[in-house]
Amino acid sequence: MFDILSRIRRTGRLSEPSPVPDTDETASTTIQRELHAVFGRALCIRHVDAGSCNGCELEIHALSNAYYNLQGAGIRFVASPRHADVLLVTGPVSVNMEDALRQTYEAMPDPKWVLAVGDCAACGGLFGANYATRGPISAIVPVDAVVAGCPPTPLAIMRGLLQITSKRPA
Amino acid sequence: MNPMWPDFLDTECVAVPSNVAACRVQVDAARWCEAAEAMREAGADLLSLWGSDDSDRDQCLRVHAAYLLRDRLVVVEHAMPADQPIYPSLATRFPAAGRLQRATYDLLGIRADAGDTRPWLRHGGWPEGVFPLRRDVAATQTWPVTSSPYPFVPVSGDGVHEMTAGPVHAGTIEPGRFQLAVVGEKVLRLEVRLGYTHKGIAKRFEALAQRDAHRLAAHICGDSTVAFSWAYCAALESITATTPSPRACVLRALALERERIANHLGDLGGLANDAGFAFGQTQFSSLKEQLLRHNAELFGQRYLFDYVVPGGVARDLSARVLPGMLEEIAAVERAVGDLRRIYARHEGLQDRFLGAGRLTPAQAAALGAIGLAGRASGVARDLRVDQPWSPYDQSTPALATSTEGDVAARVQVRFEETLESLRLCRQWLQALPAGERVCDVPVAPAGQLGIGLIEGWRGPVMLALETGPAGGIRRCRAHDPSWQNWPLLEVAILGNIVADFPLINKSFNLSYSGHDG
Repeated sequence: MFDILSRIRRTGRLSEPSPVPDTDETASTTIQRELHAVFGRALCIRHVDAGSCNGCELEIHALSNAYYNLQGAGIRFVASPRHADVLLVTGPVSVNMEDALRQTYEAMPDPKWVLAVGDCAACGGLFGANYATRGPISAIVPVDAVVAGCPPTPLAIMRGLLQITSKRPA
Repeated sequence: MNPMWPDFLDTECVAVPSNVAACRVQVDAARWCEAAEAMREAGADLLSLWGSDDSDRDQCLRVHAAYLLRDRLVVVEHAMPADQPIYPSLATRFPAAGRLQRATYDLLGIRADAGDTRPWLRHGGWPEGVFPLRRDVAATQTWPVTSSPYPFVPVSGDGVHEMTAGPVHAGTIEPGRFQLAVVGEKVLRLEVRLGYTHKGIAKRFEALAQRDAHRLAAHICGDSTVAFSWAYCAALESITATTPSPRACVLRALALERERIANHLGDLGGLANDAGFAFGQTQFSSLKEQLLRHNAELFGQRYLFDYVVPGGVARDLSARVLPGMLEEIAAVERAVGDLRRIYARHEGLQDRFLGAGRLTPAQAAALGAIGLAGRASGVARDLRVDQPWSPYDQSTPALATSTEGDVAARVQVRFEETLESLRLCRQWLQALPAGERVCDVPVAPAGQLGIGLIEGWRGPVMLALETGPAGGIRRCRAHDPSWQNWPLLEVAILGNIVADFPLINKSFNLSYSGHDG
């Protein structure tokens, strides 16, 4: 137990806003505040991998580490589409995921938003459209915002979430 | 050599350009079986199996089996007339062949003569009887999805109930479907269905130029991007007899080991988290994030996508950053050492790890386990040790193995490999060789086969590249070790409780995208 506590003490607080030299990184706290102002503690995200290479998933995972601390801003990933406000979709929509993506979207209660994350989700990316892929997410479900990047950084994904919140109906 | 070894495997083998020793041999159906038997006797792994449509060249379809022996790779190729594309199944000798053969049928219509005939990659996205990798199917042709339920093997009996998970899972993970048959809390049977992220990568390769396709290779499996792009570049460079500078080779190896370290750190955290020890997740995910941020500063990309390019690497390291990198290595070493002691002393954590999801060495050998999961079950193989390519021929890692085969063993192998990779990185940084960052790779002539074989963090990654005319690609087969190791999960889970499934699954951490292609 002592070694755990000692390690925690030595690790200290990593979550930004701790001062970091890179100015870009401090932006995450501004985004956290704005998200918080719009959604309170209610923003729930359902993620669907619709054929991604797993690169975007790695960055979505990173959102939960101590540095970005997305949960600290009251945003969390939920297990069921029934609990979700936002559908976060990655990948160039493989035909084998087309039905599952549509069903997940339909299972979400209104109002709902879709965030297409990554170049594949935005435009098909390197894979384009062929017998096995449909290209952009917007070919299957309506998309409210797009986060470009291959993969986009965690910070870019947080900005994308903000873009959605600003489109929230009155 | 053992008495089963037929002469043609020596006398008729032709060398294939590769970063390791590789050769190919053309065989008829009888010799196809003879070769398989000899390979099984010799303890080879069936590394990959794929098909190709050569009907434009010689009215044949071909099936290719790549066997990995301790000292070389042998590709056995069997041609069939296009109107009778059927070949002897390898599944009884190599269980890993089963799904590979089903996938080969889905894409090319080449059928094994026995075994499971359920579709594997075709879920209804293209019609039955259409084989998208055939040359007469246009690259842009698409079909509407038709519903096609998958006949899972039904399990019934007193007290048995079935649980389905996926393809969309509760967490942020890739899509796949797990069909569990459960008695009480215990798992009686698991059947995995994959193919959900099939992106037609092989078809896409055929539309790309040799000099650009490393980018597609980098996106076959996002967590193994260095391994796949290096395998692609090694194949292309071997065909064109290009040798990257010693410096470029070391920079690639640094990237490959950093990829291994990042993934192991992520998994070591995730495994603790799945066992209810959030402290481990917080610690390791922070270490991983620090490493990724350094990757972005030093190599230009957090996950090192597109860092390996034909002829070398995308960015050099300046002498200025080396002291900082050495400090980083020391810091990660210290932290991993501390956390390893904490994990070892934490009884609650060890209680979940020890004995969970055990894959015995006998099972691992019978199923053809490879890579990290194999090493944790007594399969002491690592391409960096067995068939080292530059720069691993100069600095060989110590093999990390266990014979326990449980979650704890896979954790132990990850800890040891992380520390070993850090040691290698330090060694390279202390004596970074001179040389060009990148050299010119000429256009390869048509009809050449080259193979890249790289030990990624999950296991051996193979890419077989056949060039086409005008700097194009005729066929490119990329193989992820998850093909071999997914079936292991179905065995390791038996008799465990359902609640341990996420933990056991995580301890293998296999790729969906790499497998689905």
